[in-house]
Amino acid sequence: MRVRGLHYSVSQRPIFAGVDLDIERGSVTAIMGPSGTGKTTLLRLITGQLMADRGLVEVEGQDVAGLQRGGIYQMRRRMGMLFQNGALLTDLDVYENVAFPLREHTRLPERLLRHVVLAKLQAVGLRGACRLMPAELSGGMARRVAIARAIVMDPQLLIYDEPFVGLDPISLGVVLRLIRLLNDTLGLTSIVVSHDVHDLSEVADFSYLLSGGLVIAAGPPSALATDTREEVRQFMHGLPDGPVPFHYPAPDYLEQLRQLS
Amino acid sequence: MRQTRTIELGTGLFVLLGFAALFFLVTQITNREFGLGDGGYRLLGSFEQVGGLKPGAPVSMSGVTIGHVEGIEYDFNEYKARVTMRIDSDYDRIPDDSDAGIFTAGLLGGQYIGIGPGGSETFLAEGDQMQFTQSAIVLENLISKFLFSKAGEKHGDAPAEASTP
Amino acid sequence: MLASLTSELLQSLRIALQAIGAYTLFFVRLLKEVPRALLRFSLVVDQVHNSGALSLVIIMLSGLFVGMVLGLQGFDLLERFGSEESLGSAAALGLLKELGPVVTALLFAGRAGTALASELGLMRATDQLAAMEMMAVDPVRRVVMPRFLGGVLSMPLLAAIFSMIGIFGAQLVGVQLMGVDAGQFWSQMRSAVEFGDVMEGVVKSCVFGVACSLIAVYEGYHSVPTAEGVGRATTRTVVISSVIVLLLDYMLTAVML
Repeated sequence: MRVRGLHYSVSQRPIFAGVDLDIERGSVTAIMGPSGTGKTTLLRLITGQLMADRGLVEVEGQDVAGLQRGGIYQMRRRMGMLFQNGALLTDLDVYENVAFPLREHTRLPERLLRHVVLAKLQAVGLRGACRLMPAELSGGMARRVAIARAIVMDPQLLIYDEPFVGLDPISLGVVLRLIRLLNDTLGLTSIVVSHDVHDLSEVADFSYLLSGGLVIAAGPPSALATDTREEVRQFMHGLPDGPVPFHYPAPDYLEQLRQLS
Repeated sequence: MRQTRTIELGTGLFVLLGFAALFFLVTQITNREFGLGDGGYRLLGSFEQVGGLKPGAPVSMSGVTIGHVEGIEYDFNEYKARVTMRIDSDYDRIPDDSDAGIFTAGLLGGQYIGIGPGGSETFLAEGDQMQFTQSAIVLENLISKFLFSKAGEKHGDAPAEASTP
Repeated sequence: MLASLTSELLQSLRIALQAIGAYTLFFVRLLKEVPRALLRFSLVVDQVHNSGALSLVIIMLSGLFVGMVLGLQGFDLLERFGSEESLGSAAALGLLKELGPVVTALLFAGRAGTALASELGLMRATDQLAAMEMMAVDPVRRVVMPRFLGGVLSMPLLAAIFSMIGIFGAQLVGVQLMGVDAGQFWSQMRSAVEFGDVMEGVVKSCVFGVACSLIAVYEGYHSVPTAEGVGRATTRTVVISSVIVLLLDYMLTAVML
């Protein structure tokens, strides 16, 4: 997958000003960056939910921008995506949620469908929970069900949008292990978007750091951690002040105090 | 599965009730008859004045409903209103010299056609024309007649029978 | 001053036109999906259950009370003219032509419309619609369309039930309580009400069904994906539906009288 010179702006405010990314087949790639740098937007551009103003997004040699609606849907059948909170369909139970893409896209006989669904649920360790409703699941379980649903169509590309937010350490460990495991056993390409530096460094083969509409650093997580540039150091080590200032732009404090008195 | 079944049951009940309600409204509240295969026979009658008579109004003999008004048109040959009545096939012995009149049920009620039997031995059949008809009474005409006769009375040249109290 | 006023007016006119255009386009998109949605009728049946069967109790209760009020008020009014017997026809005509379709539509907007809007809004806010997009499933086809059709199909049935129960309510008060002759009540009703009157009510409720369902799914589907946005979508659904129903009612009555 290649991204070249990507430009995108929302109501005149530029989000991306020339982003270049390469994601290798079979790898786990992390995309990091402070909140509001448009990480989720990048995913939407890759999956064709949004269209770039300028630049190229190429998935498996296909230019996403050149695809019609039907072509984008074809492309998405080979993609799985995990949303921040799982985004399970609330009116269906766990089993039906996982079965949903199969029911929509295939005409598998019920027995075979059951076989596939239970296998995927087994892979995330939730075969026993197949009759629970999404409202009865914990955050970690919901995310695991969502992973099962994302892989049920046997995709080639699996995208995780903030998979670690709001998880307890046990669930976090489970999700981390699943990302690695699924990537290696199913031969997937995975993209993980997060701002969670430490968790990502455990799982990612390669990382990109986005800031201010540009890729400011790229490399294996260990390389990024030892990068000496100010912007990178601040993000990787969570320093409160740096190129991203602690203070929101404001007039001089002393000046303002003097005016008040 | 159990859940699906209760949904289906509830929906079925609702749809059934809805269509039952529609059926009730159409058949029980309106004067339209939905007889299977329009039975009975048609009679025609020409009236000077049909008043508020409407299609669907009952046709009765001595208060028993024997049919319904099917259509009302204006006939330019006779310059009269032509009323088509459909009479149930059970009532097939109406003498051909019977008379038909348009009456009002109650003061503000709907209008209907009342048939008074004649004495003939031959009976009306499909497509026959009623020979004797009596028009609807239009309230305004009645009132104006009454007022004119009252006015005439005051001037002292009223007809003899009107002057008796 | 004047210039700013006119520019503001133009601005709001532009917004209104935009909204009408967006609604129309959405409606056309839904219409295109109708044949496909009918093929997967079980999804529609579920929604007939949601917006129809679950509204049944409130519709029946309201119908009964509206009918009973009509019985009381109608009796009081008609008694002044000495024609209590016409109560049946007055109540039936009022219910069939006006109260049945309109009150049902208002109740529908409040019960089923808000449920639809908040459900769709919540699906939007929790990324469920985006997740469907990602699974290459068109949410308009899979989620919006069955809900729309379910509402459209439910409305005339609900209105018919409302009118029927209302007539019985009027009969209950007029005949049992106020002593109108039962025979007169029904026979006068029958001679006064025509088939066209019933159809007028059915046509109205079909139009209201389309309008209310469209507004509910549009507002829900396009709600801002936050808790506040969902709340606002449900409020807008009720407000817009009510106004549109009353407006359409006037227009339809003027056309059909």
